Amino acid sequence: MAMMEFITTRKDELVGWVRKFSIFPYPFVTACCGMEFMAVASTLYDTDRFGAALPRFTPRQADLLMVVGTISHKEAPIIKKVYDQMCEPKWVMAFGACATSGGFYRNYTVLQGVDKIIPVDIYVPGCPPRPEMVIDAIMKLQDQISRDRHPIFPFEEQTPAKL
Amino acid sequence: MTYETIAEQLKELYDRSWDSFGMLVLEFPAENIQAIATRLKEKMGFDMFLDLTAVDYPERDPRFEVVYHFYGSKHDLRLRLKTLVPETDPTVATLTGLYGSARFMEREAHEMYGINFSGNDDLRPILLYEGFEGYPLRKDYPIDMEQPIVEYRK
Repeated sequence: MAMMEFITTRKDELVGWVRKFSIFPYPFVTACCGMEFMAVASTLYDTDRFGAALPRFTPRQADLLMVVGTISHKEAPIIKKVYDQMCEPKWVMAFGACATSGGFYRNYTVLQGVDKIIPVDIYVPGCPPRPEMVIDAIMKLQDQISRDRHPIFPFEEQTPAKL
Repeated sequence: MTYETIAEQLKELYDRSWDSFGMLVLEFPAENIQAIATRLKEKMGFDMFLDLTAVDYPERDPRFEVVYHFYGSKHDLRLRLKTLVPETDPTVATLTGLYGSARFMEREAHEMYGINFSGNDDLRPILLYEGFEGYPLRKDYPIDMEQPIVEYRK
């Protein structure tokens, strides 16, 4: 039995390793944080080192939705639809202060944080965040991804093993 | 063409005038707007209509103050016109017959303050979304009122 647990934890590790180093981000850029996203994706601070280089500008092919910039109430149904169009497994990064909590806008148009409509896995504060913060966020998200369980046998549900 | 000649030519149409950082400001009763604008465009060469907004003074009786900005490209002069509009009947005549840009600006003033422009029958919202209730730039609209289109989670 311990042998089976050893195999299934290694299996989870393998799937996690494969998933975390091949992230296809979809940068849903609406505002000034897009400049910072471009800086992160360029050569000095590179996301290609972490496997998250190739952006897929369509939700059907992406697995990380990066909400970059301010989301207004008019934009909210659009981003909900984009999130619904993505296939499992999918993660969401709230990039910048406006996507995290509305930023410095407190008025009749701005949605106070994109987590009011879609579940967010990692928040990056900052206006705009430093590229090093974004890279740190990607690394923390990779840790989260690698710690996910992928149960296929019945006994796996009952034993919450720690990697 | 100077500010003195402009004030001279419009003398009977406005109530008072003053100077604001080098720009002439005229305040006039609301029913004269089309007469003033026609004269500005045809005789005095103010061919650009720059802006139309409103200001809300809730403690005063004519609550809204509609502000127009004009610019003449030949003589490089700017002009500001103000008119007082009460809350009970916030209606001003439209300028869409004279200036094309007034169409969008009147839509914005209508959706943000509720000012009616008589003669303009296309006052759809331009910046706000469908289903928005209220006039957000009035002072009695609460600043943290949210009217979401999508339901919130949790």
